[in-house]
Order: sequence, then structure tokens, then C-alpha cells
Amino acid sequence: MTRIVVSIVSLVVALALASPAAAQGTLRIGMTASDIPYTGGQTDNGFEGFRFVGYQIYEPLIAWDLTRGDRLAPLVPGLAESWEVRKDQPTKWVFKLRKGVKFHDGSPFNADAVVFTYESIKKKDAAHFDTYGSAQVTFRLASLTGIKKIDEHTVEFETNKPTSFVPYQLCYMLVVSPAQWQKFKDWRKFAEQPSGTGPFKVTRLVPRERLELEANKTYWDAKRRPKVDKLVLLPLPEPTTRLAALRSGQVDWIEVPPPDSIPQLKGAGFQLVMNSYPHNWTHTLRLDKEPWNNKLVRKAANYAIDRVGICKNLLNDTCIPATGIAYKGHPWFGKPKETYAYNPAKAKALLKQAGFDGTKRPAKAVHLISTSGSGQMLPLAMNELIQKNLKDVGIDVDLQPVEWNTLLTRWRAGFKTADNEGLNAWNISWNFLEPWSGFGRFFHSKSVVPVSVNTMPYLNPEADKLIDEAERTFDIARQNEVLAKLHEILVDDAPWIFVVHDLNPRALSAKVKGFVQPQSWFVDLTSASVTR
Amino acid sequence: MWQYVGRRLLLAIPTLLGASIIVFAMVHLAPGDPIAAVMPADASGADIEATKKAYGFDKPLPVQYVVWLGKVVQGDLGRSIATRRAVILDVRDALINSLVLAVSSSVLAFGVGIALGLLAAFRQGKALDKLASGIAVIGVSVPHYWAGIILIIVFSVQLNWLPAMGAASDGGVIEYLRHMVLPTVALALIPLGVITRVVRSAALDILAQEFVLALRAKGLFDRRVFLHVVKNAAPQIFTVLGLQFGFQLGGSVLVEAVFSWPGTGYLLNLAIFQRDIPVLQGVILVLAAFFVLLNLLVDVLQTLVDPRIARH
Repeated sequence: MTRIVVSIVSLVVALALASPAAAQGTLRIGMTASDIPYTGGQTDNGFEGFRFVGYQIYEPLIAWDLTRGDRLAPLVPGLAESWEVRKDQPTKWVFKLRKGVKFHDGSPFNADAVVFTYESIKKKDAAHFDTYGSAQVTFRLASLTGIKKIDEHTVEFETNKPTSFVPYQLCYMLVVSPAQWQKFKDWRKFAEQPSGTGPFKVTRLVPRERLELEANKTYWDAKRRPKVDKLVLLPLPEPTTRLAALRSGQVDWIEVPPPDSIPQLKGAGFQLVMNSYPHNWTHTLRLDKEPWNNKLVRKAANYAIDRVGICKNLLNDTCIPATGIAYKGHPWFGKPKETYAYNPAKAKALLKQAGFDGTKRPAKAVHLISTSGSGQMLPLAMNELIQKNLKDVGIDVDLQPVEWNTLLTRWRAGFKTADNEGLNAWNISWNFLEPWSGFGRFFHSKSVVPVSVNTMPYLNPEADKLIDEAERTFDIARQNEVLAKLHEILVDDAPWIFVVHDLNPRALSAKVKGFVQPQSWFVDLTSASVTR
Repeated sequence: MWQYVGRRLLLAIPTLLGASIIVFAMVHLAPGDPIAAVMPADASGADIEATKKAYGFDKPLPVQYVVWLGKVVQGDLGRSIATRRAVILDVRDALINSLVLAVSSSVLAFGVGIALGLLAAFRQGKALDKLASGIAVIGVSVPHYWAGIILIIVFSVQLNWLPAMGAASDGGVIEYLRHMVLPTVALALIPLGVITRVVRSAALDILAQEFVLALRAKGLFDRRVFLHVVKNAAPQIFTVLGLQFGFQLGGSVLVEAVFSWPGTGYLLNLAIFQRDIPVLQGVILVLAAFFVLLNLLVDVLQTLVDPRIARH
């Protein structure tokens, strides 16, 4: 008996002492994704897929500059050195491609690779059409209708109408290596041994477990050659698991630490990085039915929410109050008339003016919310606070929590289905990275379900006009002015209950140095280094 | 004997068929959509329809079922929507990981549970009995995922002795063993409690029978009596062990999720949230087949141990 006890104890001690030593310069990241994002080019898992897989292995023609945190990340030349719209034909865009760039497999990047990539997304009858990848991205390239190789390093895209949004679309098209695809002639196999031009190349993929990448030592932009030798991505969808992995030293970086763990993490010497970025957490209201068909009630709801309280007390300052689609300081914010500071008295007055009188005739609504989900922050706790805030001014909201995928499916179908007929709003968080994501898909009358996702529906000829005008305005500064004007109108119309903007919190081990948190959904991992 | 096994195997076919129909129906009737899970939510309606068609999700459910079943019969469980890997490979990898945990936690739970149960029975009413019963109650009452979180907090975060998650599929044997420890302990808790209680009551039943008195009267030592008791209690214990082992295989969704252990439970959990229907169907079908086989194995073992059963 004693012998057994002794051997068990020594086994436990041996196991405990045999701690693994991480290779030097390895950055290990715990993602919130439940799976390794698709590695075959046009990635999945939303923007987290672009963040850690898409933009690390591959590059678009036009890229985001993610090297600074003190300004909204702008678009800069990526695999294209320059581009211009043909003066005589504004539906044609000529791109001069970067020379001397090589894919991870050694083959050269050129016009053929761009054409090949475009066809893999858009040309359904092409042998190299990628059904899955295409589904991920084709709607983001909605205006593009054709491509032509002009010479080895020049391509010309054609659009369905003159549109200035082309750069905002091409930043999502990730250029893949045709030579590598030819080896397999199969996207699944390509995804197992992918080849792009990005700063990291894949060395090992264990589906659902880990993706290992190494630095691309010959990356064309010498300034952005990775400081780490190795990058390891782990899908850790459970927040507690993610947190434990960081605290036990199994990863160096986690996405979205649970807000209530932040004081502890800081106390234990972890770095917490945050920055504003184009994210909003809102209730999208149904505008063709009581009570949200009345602008006064919508404004009342916006005045009833204690946003500062939500961010401070519930989310440990990982968010900022939202009083519009964009935040103050964003080029599209403008100068809205309504500020939506917490003001229950004003909310009550507005409700009274709208004919709803607190207890005698309360405004009633049913809101569909999720129990968790990407970008949803702490949906249950936040919504309970919002429910209380609204109740305080005389709006009775019945919250219906459903699982995230269910919410997305029901939302995508619009309010006018048998399931959704009784609903008055849904709570989903959004990005407003570019004009289409911020405005076009929600507020243009042409985007009404099922074409796109104007579910409310928001129908305002003025908004249509401004969205169209922004699309026709090729000068970005001028375009921003048009969108700011649109934003002012939308804030005044309040088709949403604006709640908060997330600050994209992530927790890093003290060993991670040099990472800059940009004002973006994406990150530049090349500047980060890991000390022993 | 062989005839009996053959009959049981034939009976397994309708069982599995029934299970597959229920699985298929439940997966498809649940709210949510496999395409919504893999496509960006704001993709255009036309793109979503096109993708549904490409994956065959536009066909009526009975047609989809027959197509799926036709492939299953040929050993093809289809491809994962999310990873596009063959489901059979996903299931195989996950099953190996789960089997490892099921075996390790079963060994732990069976060993400790049988020992505690027998000790408690032979020392009925004494302190040792109370201690064993206490452990058993804790084992069956404490939610194992909660116990898992507590283990992580103590042994990974505070003491930093053992890894908190994953299976270290690349780190060699020692690393793999290190990663196994905490999930094994968390998984062993419930069967430990159940087995302790079953063994204790089975042993007590037998101890109360007259033949035990006769054995003692014959002058047999405790050790010999003990062997007789164990032999007589064995069939009942085997049934429970078999069932518990089955539960260990399929019932580890929560523990595997807490530890990100890439087994069948974890895969099932992922597939549910991703609405990865082929994976979901594949995993459940394989697990159902496992249960059927395991029950058969237990029955055969029972007949071997206790010839009375075969005569019935």
C-alpha cells in the first residue's frame, strides 16, 4: 500500500515539475472563436477570422494600417502600390501591383494571382471556384463585376456602377497562391497547406485545436517582419477557460477577458489593452409597429439608458457610452442635435408627449436578445440593466433570450415571419468599419430584408440620397462629411437604442512587448515580441 | 452463446436506425441554421440561398435524411461544414481523446469506488463507512464542470502545477499525461460516487444472506468470505461499471468544454453551437453505436460471470 502511495505521489510530482518551456519568441493567443478560422484564403469566423488568420497569412490589395493606436486605422497600399479610377470610365479601376513579392510557396505574386483569387470568389463555373470561401466574402465585394489583366503587374476591376466604396470592398479580398492551389486542385487540401504573401506562414494545423505559424522571414515589407519566431492560435470559446489558460501561462494573450476578472488580472501583473474601434452594441428597433414607430418613444428610450453606469459598474470600463452609430471623434460622428445623456425626467416627458403615460398606459415591447455571442459583451446582465432603466421611465420591455445562432437566424429573416411577428427589437452588436457596414446595409431602402439587413425597416429618402451621394463621392474627406450629415439625421431619428461601444479589451502577459492596439477590429502582430 | 450475441447485434440495427432518425429530426427542428453559423450574418439573401443549395440544405428533410443514411451505410459520415474535413476523421480523433479520458477516469473511479464501497459495507455503521458514504454523496452531488473549474483555479492558476486546458497533442507523452490529470479527476467524481454507493449496497445485500452466515459458521476467515461476497456482487457491479463507462464516453460534454479537451463532448458542443449538422449527426450516431456495443459487452460479461443469466 505504502509503495503504491509513494509511486502515485512521485508520479504527480514528476508531472508537476515537468513544465514545458515555450520556444523563444513564441506568441500564443487564446481566441474567442470556437474553431480555427478557415485558412484557405477567404476566411470565416467574422472579423476575428480576418484578425488572426486572414490578415496574418494573406494580404489584400488595399490594407489597413494597424501600426498606430492614436487614430482610426486608415486604408493604405497593400499588395497594390497604387490605384486610380479611369477618368473617362468611372466604373473601371486600375491597380498597379507590387513587384518582387513572393507567396510562401516561392511562386511570384502577379496579376494572374489577383485574377485567380477574384475568380475563386466570383466565377461560379471556374474549376478553382471556392464555394465556402466565396460564401464568406462575395457579398463584401458586391460592386465588383469583372477583372482584366492588363500586364504582369497591372489589373483592371470593373464595377456595376460608379462607386467610391471599391477600396472598402477590396480590403476584404485576400490574395491566394494559384501555384499552391494547382498542386492540390482542392480548396480543402489548400487550406491545410495554405500559401499567401502575409507576414506569417502556416506550419501546422490541428483542426479545432491549434494553428501554428512561423514568421515569414522574407516578407516584402522589411519594417513589418515579425519579431516573434512563432505564432500559435488556440480557439478558446469558454471565457473561464481562456482566463485560466492565460493565468496558468499556457497562452500569452487572450481576447475579451471577462470584465469582472480585470482588477485581478491587473493585480497579477497582466497588461490590459483597450482602444476605441468601430463597434456598437444596440437594440435595433422595429419601426412599423407600436411603440417604436413613434420617434418620441425612441428618443425617450435613448434618454432613459444609464450608459455610464453600464460601462463603469458592469463592464469595468471596457466600453464607452454610445449616443449614435459612431462615437465622438470618429470622422462620421458630425454634430448631432441629440446627445442622449442619461435623463429619465426628459424621457418621461417625451413619453407623455407621445401619449404613453407610465403606469396608466405603459409602452410595451418584446426584445429578442442572446445569451452570449461574438461581440455581444455581457448580453444578459446588460439587458437586465437596460430593462430596468426603461421600466423606470414607463417602458415595459419583455426580454426573450435565445442562443446566439438562433438570434442571428431569426434576425436575418426579418420581423415579418411567424416566429418574429410578436417582436419589437433585437439586440445585436455591429461593426461600422466602412460605409456599407455602418450605413448602407441598415439604412438604405434598397437593403430591406431579404436583399440585405435593413430589418426595421428604416425608410427615409433623405438617408437614401446621402448614402448614394457618399458612394459617388471619391474624395474621402468630402465623403466623410456626407456620412457625418447622414449620421446626424440617424441620431435624431433614433432607429436604434444606442447603448455602448466596446473597447476591444485583451489581456496580455507582461512578457509581451511592443504590441500597439489600433483603433480597428484587426491587429498587427508583427510588432509584438515575447521575452522569456 | 454466439446465437445470443448474433441476435443482440441484429437488434442493434433498429436501435441505431431509431437513434439516427431522432438525432436527425432534433438537429433539424432545433432553431438556428447551419448556414447562418458559417456565413457572415449580413451576407445577402441570394448568397445564403446559393450556399444552402450547394450544401443540399434546400431539399426537404426526408430527402436529406435518406441521402445522409445512404452515405452512412457506405461508411461515409459526410464532411464538416465548418472545417470541411471528413466527419469520420473528426469523430475518430475526438473519440481517441475521449476514450483516453474515459479509461483513465474509469480506472480511477472504479478502483477507488469499489474499494471504498466494499470497505464501507464490511465496516457498516463505523467511521470508515460514514467517510466513504460522505465521499460518495459529494461525488454524485458536486457538478463535475464546477469541480473542474475549482481544480483549474487551485492547480493551474494558483499553484501553477498543471495545465488548465487543451490536450497538448504535440508535446510528447509527459505533456499529454500532465494535461490529462485535471480532467480525469473531474470526470471521475460522479462515477466514483455512484460506484461506491452501488458496491456498498450490493455487498450489504449479500452479507445479509444466509449463505454468508453459513460460510462464517463453517469457520472461513474474513478474507475468504470477502471473496465470496465480491463474486456474488460482481454481476450487479458489472452492469453499473458498464453503464458508467458509457456515460464517461458520452457524458463529458461539460468537462471537456471546461478543459477544452478535444474529445467527443467538446466536438459535440462545438457542433451544436456551429450547427455543424454532419458532425453533430456523426458524433451522436457513433456514440449511440458505442452504447449499444457496450451494453452488449456487459451482458456477455454478466453471463460469463453468472451462468444463471444465460439459462433464463
